[in-house]
Amino acid sequence: MSTANTTNRAYGAITLGTLLPWIIGAIILLVLPILMGSKGQLTIMSQMSIMVVFALAYNMLLGQGGMLSFGHAVYMGMGSFLCLHVMNASYFGSVPLPILPLIGGFFGLGIAMIIGSFSTRSAGTIFAMISLGLGELMAACVLIIVVFFGGEEGISGYRDEGLPFFGLEFISHIEVFYLIAFWLFVSAALMFLFSRTPVGRMANAVRDNPERAQFLGYSARWVRFVSFSASGFFCGIAGGLSAILFEIATESDLNVTASGVILLIVFLGGVGFFWGPIIGAVVFILLQTVLGLQTHLWELYVGVIFVAMVMYFPGGLAGIIMSHAVAMSLGKLGLLVRPYLTCVLPAIIGILGLCGLIEMIFHMREAPTGETEMTLFWTAIDTHHIWAWLVFGVIAAGGILLARQQSSVLKEAWDQANTIDTPAEEPS
Amino acid sequence: MDLILVNLIDGLVFGLLLFMLSSGLTLIFSMMGVLNFAHASFYMLGAYFGYQLSTVLGIGFIGGLIVAPIIVGVGGALIERYGLRQVHQYGHVPELIFTFGLALLIQEVVKLFWGQNQIPYFEPAYLDFALFSVGDNAIKAYKVFMIFISLAIFGGLLYILTKTRIGMIIQAALSYPKTVEALGHNVPFIFMGVFGVGTALAGVAGVIAGPALGTFPGMAFTLGSIVFVTIVVGGLGSLWGALLASLLIGWLTTFAASYNLRMEDILTGLGMTKPEVMSDSMLQDLWTLTLPQVGPILPYLLMVLILVFRPQGLLGKREA
Repeated sequence: MSTANTTNRAYGAITLGTLLPWIIGAIILLVLPILMGSKGQLTIMSQMSIMVVFALAYNMLLGQGGMLSFGHAVYMGMGSFLCLHVMNASYFGSVPLPILPLIGGFFGLGIAMIIGSFSTRSAGTIFAMISLGLGELMAACVLIIVVFFGGEEGISGYRDEGLPFFGLEFISHIEVFYLIAFWLFVSAALMFLFSRTPVGRMANAVRDNPERAQFLGYSARWVRFVSFSASGFFCGIAGGLSAILFEIATESDLNVTASGVILLIVFLGGVGFFWGPIIGAVVFILLQTVLGLQTHLWELYVGVIFVAMVMYFPGGLAGIIMSHAVAMSLGKLGLLVRPYLTCVLPAIIGILGLCGLIEMIFHMREAPTGETEMTLFWTAIDTHHIWAWLVFGVIAAGGILLARQQSSVLKEAWDQANTIDTPAEEPS
Repeated sequence: MDLILVNLIDGLVFGLLLFMLSSGLTLIFSMMGVLNFAHASFYMLGAYFGYQLSTVLGIGFIGGLIVAPIIVGVGGALIERYGLRQVHQYGHVPELIFTFGLALLIQEVVKLFWGQNQIPYFEPAYLDFALFSVGDNAIKAYKVFMIFISLAIFGGLLYILTKTRIGMIIQAALSYPKTVEALGHNVPFIFMGVFGVGTALAGVAGVIAGPALGTFPGMAFTLGSIVFVTIVVGGLGSLWGALLASLLIGWLTTFAASYNLRMEDILTGLGMTKPEVMSDSMLQDLWTLTLPQVGPILPYLLMVLILVFRPQGLLGKREA
């Protein structure tokens, strides 16, 4: 043990290198609202921050603990509902708003401890099924238990009725954003530190080989229970933040669809790295708002991206980024630039062509009869004319064929960029 | 008495429908060790293909009943070959997530081609009459048709799996894939075939259930989670367990939906008095609770209890 400790002394030490991402993160959170200060942008950024907290909490289970939950929105939703009840209570005038997420967090912790006491007995399919069953149960309970959940219309409240916090009443959006950003930073730091504690490390061990961890004298169930409860706590914080931002909680906050969305986000971002879910949440909310404005079919595109991601890049976006680490440490990243351009660019054009075809199918079905014109990529197109279909078909087929043809060049360059000590030759 | 009989028949119809899905799913589970989240999506595809073939292409309901499951089955086999097998190398959790993503994707594709709303898919006219009646309740011929189709499929499946050579090889491949491969059988091909047949069965269920339960993009998710409940309750990998649990859940939900048992009556029967002003009481929801209200969540409650107290399920041999 002692030798392991001495050799690992550098591990866990606080250096500028380990602090740098956090400092950059804090600066980004501080500066963003100054750069993009409109009401809509602030709301989107607040929403992103909440999703980041939730996604990081979810990844404590999926990525770090290997537990796949299909009902995790329950803990966030419960925190949200409780916080709204606090906001509606008569004593809310003496509660400063910034500590409200903490109340949600402890409620999430309590619920997670109750449920975790029996659901964490095993990981894998049983855990996933229990979480799914409980998710469905809770979603159904929302409509039955009207006292707590408010039935169909949910519970709503007003955040500005709390005790003023150093004169702040959190009426403007920027104040709310900074409040959420503060909690985002604190929870992210705490979750990161949790992953570095012995129990966080044991969660990884139990994920990879529960039997072996038990032979070492650790109770796999206890380790899972601790991760699960901690995850519930941070989900509750996210729920409290969502209560503050939206001032309403309904059934859609904790149903199985909401749980599915968080799974999607975390997997998209990448479960293998601590910061993967952050990327996932930011990208997903961007996709949702940007694509959602452009097309009715954004869910279809997100679904395709998700399935393609699971099939070809199970490490998610973070995995894709980190797969360049070897090439970067060898200083050969430059080799990849040209093949990327020649391969990815046609692929993107081809995919856009495919999207055009899909949009035309959608328009054919949805548009009122007689209306044959639609605007696609800023051009007016007659969907009932063969030429439109031909043009997009050619673009799609051409782009994808070209990308396929170039993929061998890319692969060659990739192999070259990842090998040491070969004389640097230009890929033919 | 009449009501009990009617409910028994309705529950049987729903239970057998569940069985058509759960039998395929449980076979696929024994084979791959992974729950296929997209299984109910193949059921939905069956219903939509059945509609498209029978009404738009005009080969009739029976034509749809034969052709649609074949298309669904071939599609399922292709997805196993080119999708699942690719993901298999990453482990169980990505596989589960893949099938989950597939379920989302199929739902979106269905929305793209057929729209958000329920489509007008009805039972054929020659089955749309009252075959007999129990008291005042007419039993439609279509329901009886559904029962017979399901029973025929169950019988056929049981015969193939236990009495034929192919069935023996499949059963052996489920338990000892390496040995069966060493004996010269193409085990990956068998798995693909089982996946295809399982999804085709789901397709059959879709074609016949589409007219009865409604054909809309949410149908996969509404039934999908119940099918999971069924195979978990019955015991993962057990065909008889799937049958038992399907019937149990079929009857449970049907009976719960039709008996208006009110909490109010039970509580007053126990000697408690109903508070005068409901809105002040914290327990108002307890007082207004009725059995049809809690009916839809009973299967989930059952599953959670089963998983906690008997994780191998009613007839299962191994833990999930």
